[in-house]
Amino acid sequence: MSELLKNTIRFVLFILVQVFILFKMPPLHRFITPYLYFLFILWLPFGLSRTALTFIGFFFGLCLDYFTMTPGLHAAACTLIAYTRPFVIGLLISQEGADKNYISPSIVSMGWAPYATYVIVLTLLHHIYLVLLEWMNFGSFMYFLGKVVASTAISLLLIVLTELLFFRKQKFRTNTI
Amino acid sequence: MRNVFLFIRRHFNFLFFLVLQIIALSFLFRYNKFHQAAFLNVSTEITGRINERYNGIEYYFQLKKTNEALVRENLVLRQQLKENYEAPDSGRRLILDTIRVDSGKSIIKYKILEAKVVNNSIGSQTNYLTIHRGFAQGVRPNMGVSGPQGIVGSVVNVSENFATVMSMLHRQFKVVAKLKNGSETGTIDWDGLSPLFVTMRNIPKSAKVNKGDTVLTTQISSLFPANLMVGIVYEIVPDNTSNFYILKIKPATNFSNIEYVYVVDNLQYDEQKRLEDSTRKKIQ
Repeated sequence: MSELLKNTIRFVLFILVQVFILFKMPPLHRFITPYLYFLFILWLPFGLSRTALTFIGFFFGLCLDYFTMTPGLHAAACTLIAYTRPFVIGLLISQEGADKNYISPSIVSMGWAPYATYVIVLTLLHHIYLVLLEWMNFGSFMYFLGKVVASTAISLLLIVLTELLFFRKQKFRTNTI
Repeated sequence: MRNVFLFIRRHFNFLFFLVLQIIALSFLFRYNKFHQAAFLNVSTEITGRINERYNGIEYYFQLKKTNEALVRENLVLRQQLKENYEAPDSGRRLILDTIRVDSGKSIIKYKILEAKVVNNSIGSQTNYLTIHRGFAQGVRPNMGVSGPQGIVGSVVNVSENFATVMSMLHRQFKVVAKLKNGSETGTIDWDGLSPLFVTMRNIPKSAKVNKGDTVLTTQISSLFPANLMVGIVYEIVPDNTSNFYILKIKPATNFSNIEYVYVVDNLQYDEQKRLEDSTRKKIQ
């Protein structure tokens, strides 16, 4: 399967799962909103240009927004993490040229610890920005802190489960065949 | 000039990012104020279609509860039939005509449309329902929406065949309601804490309120006809800083399993609004 087709299917699946499963679940607590959809952005290939990445992030977030009737909320958060993604990868990539030898970020391509840091940093960034925008309309500071911490914890749990369930094999690509 | 172009080229990614952020934020803040954003009519139509598909499956799991709610509502309506009212005195027989539609078409104030709920959320701070009735069927923004058990919310946005309804569990929803005992009016809003309760404010401390009292709609609110069920008083919080109670209300509607709602069209609202607006202009 080509990368483009794979990512298009992921795009649709992530939105449907987020809208019809995670948002439909009865809320455990007002602080906890299970977010998983932004994993799509974390899984995009290394090879995309920065402009394309930012635009895909914006478009992906906006698609989700039209389901939740909050135009711009998720789009703003997704644009932010899509824009900062290359900087975080640049800092964390340990092997020389791992971003050339593998297609997309994963445990195999980046190594366990850098990949975990990459996911945690971007999840936290996404949630802080998302809840901040929500908080500007209403709520107290405790609401802001509580929701960021609780939602990040739940999101990380969901990401770990997804990574374990759908383990992505990554071929090592070299130009020395 | 050359330097400007160089600057743009050098920082193109960052500027592109900023532009997208500004677009997203302008969507967000414009929407919160006026409840209309770019492409929302088109997108409501598309997401409505997808939600309808999903609801087609989900609907079967709710059939039993929907049926029970409809039977209970039928019971209330049957109770209001003309045959149930008969005066014992044959000399002056007074039969209450409870159906006021046929004989008084010109004085009809509220028109009711039934609608199927195709999407519903209760988990977030801004909860919406999507209903399968739209502009083509006569739904317009700012109409009230009630359910079999009690009021639900108000219409905020309409596309050709679908409409989105701001539910009572929305931060910006407000409606005037009254206590059944004593008719004191107050405003209902949602504090966002729990989807099981809403709050009622501005009930003076002179009012006699008990736990379990019924809260009904009033004719002051132009969204709903009077005496529709809103909920029951669950807890009374005496606010020490003011002369008003804060009442915790348990809504009569169970928001987690709504399948059908009624859209209430206030036919005389335009006239009332015109009069009120012109009065405001005159005073200024």
